[in-house]
Amino acid sequence: MSSFGGALSSEVTKITSTRLWWILAIIMVAYIAVCAGGLAALFGSLGTPTSTPLANDALVRLVYSFGPSLGYVFAVLLGALATTNEFRHQTLTPTFLATPRRGRVLVAKLLALTGAGALYGVLALVASVGAGGAVLAIFGIDPLLADPATWQLIGRSIIAMALWSTIGVALGVLVPSQVAAIVIVLAFTQFVEPLLRLASGITDWTAQVGRFLPGAASDALVGQSAYQLAGADPLMLEWWQGGLVLLGIAVLVSVLGWFTSWRRDVT
Amino acid sequence: MTTGVTIEFTSLTKTFGQVQAVSDLSFTVEPGQVTGFLGPNGAGKTTTLRMLLGLVRPTSGSATFGGTAYRDLPSPLATVGSALEAASFHPGRSAANHLRTYAQAAGIDRERVQLVLHRVGLGAYGDRRVGGYSLGMRQRLGLAFALLGDPRVLVLDEPINGLDPEGIKWIRLLLRELADEGRTVLISSHLLSEVQQSVDEVVIVSHGKLIHRGSLASLDQSEQKQVIVDATDRQVLAAALEAAGYTVSPLRGGVLVADAEAAEVGRIAFAAGIAVTALSQKRVGLEESFLHLVGEEGAL
Repeated sequence: MSSFGGALSSEVTKITSTRLWWILAIIMVAYIAVCAGGLAALFGSLGTPTSTPLANDALVRLVYSFGPSLGYVFAVLLGALATTNEFRHQTLTPTFLATPRRGRVLVAKLLALTGAGALYGVLALVASVGAGGAVLAIFGIDPLLADPATWQLIGRSIIAMALWSTIGVALGVLVPSQVAAIVIVLAFTQFVEPLLRLASGITDWTAQVGRFLPGAASDALVGQSAYQLAGADPLMLEWWQGGLVLLGIAVLVSVLGWFTSWRRDVT
Repeated sequence: MTTGVTIEFTSLTKTFGQVQAVSDLSFTVEPGQVTGFLGPNGAGKTTTLRMLLGLVRPTSGSATFGGTAYRDLPSPLATVGSALEAASFHPGRSAANHLRTYAQAAGIDRERVQLVLHRVGLGAYGDRRVGGYSLGMRQRLGLAFALLGDPRVLVLDEPINGLDPEGIKWIRLLLRELADEGRTVLISSHLLSEVQQSVDEVVIVSHGKLIHRGSLASLDQSEQKQVIVDATDRQVLAAALEAAGYTVSPLRGGVLVADAEAAEVGRIAFAAGIAVTALSQKRVGLEESFLHLVGEEGAL
């Protein structure tokens, strides 16, 4: 019998049976560890715990939030690549032959990659908390591992990473061309959105709109934004609102992709 | 084997923009036989099979397995096994994992994976990534996917393409075996000669339309009676034959008379006072009559 559980485990096997997921994970972990450790070393070497430029807990939170703020692009890429690979290698044909209910396949894929994104979240936080926390401790700064607020940030970061991977799947469904999807991910996350976020701070009403940008929503969910360093405290959504914005984007883009590509003829 | 499943095509039609790829196609495919689905490239074979398998939505009409559309089958892979022309593999995934992925989705016992790999002769290569496979090995893996659910119906698009002579011999035996087990076997090809040793029945399409349906033998007889005749003045000869109700077409070395006996053609020429310079009954091969049917006959 073809069933939802079968479709879900099939999607999990698809992720684990090629090398992409762990290669991407290794790059992500190394990148985050170096940046979080580096930032911790920079601030740690600038002064004693009491005279650091940032308040102690703000510094720790900033270092730890490198997990989601640097890692989210890897989560999006994982989801987008997993989906566009199906179009690129024409594996949608056997997929839809095994599970002709295409909605079931799409939901299974979204869920499987959400899980993989959560795993990426765990790895990203191990890197930022592990490397960052260790370096902070070397400089005599309390890594705040006993503080519940730290664990709240870690937990919400993992949720954010999971949702970013979901968004990646949705994007891949809407933009089946792998090259186009990668270009969109990199251009948007590394260039377009940062500019929009900086520009949105210029007037009050644009700042209101800017809160709903996906990166801003993600920062709200995590509860920490690197943009706080750049100047005034930016306007942020509540953490749960940020999560809902990310989820909403994933659902909306998936529905659009359902009509533009997923339910179309597979030739 | 449980009871056989009949494939039914009913007024199946597919239009891509202005192009009618498949028009009003109706035929059935019976169990216990190998049916060849033939036609030149671009005749609409692949589109027809993809509609049958629920991958392409028909513009109108339907294609079912004993009345049930593919997407409504409770266990699709255990009912219908298919291998389509396009190589649909992730090159970085091993053959065994490729099959395991779809076995999981279809709820098929994972032991079947090794079983079908052995059956298609890939038992020793299951752990290799498909990216390193030859065309012939990919064809075999496609077939392994088709056999995964031990289905009662097999739909194979150009299964012989890319196989070496040994592989061709092997697949012929396999198809025969599957049909003898009471399964319904439908294979497509653009070359009759490629499948004529394997098929019992033929369905011929051209430009998306059904042209011929019958046993392989019916194809043989339908076009056997052709006559090639020549005279000094071919136009007079052709006119006389046309007056007698024959269909004639000019050839480089004479006139081709369809559906005719040599003796009758000679008598007509004699009665018209035409001196015949050549007269022969042409025995048309299967491939030629196939090409004639699909409208691609060249100079004979």
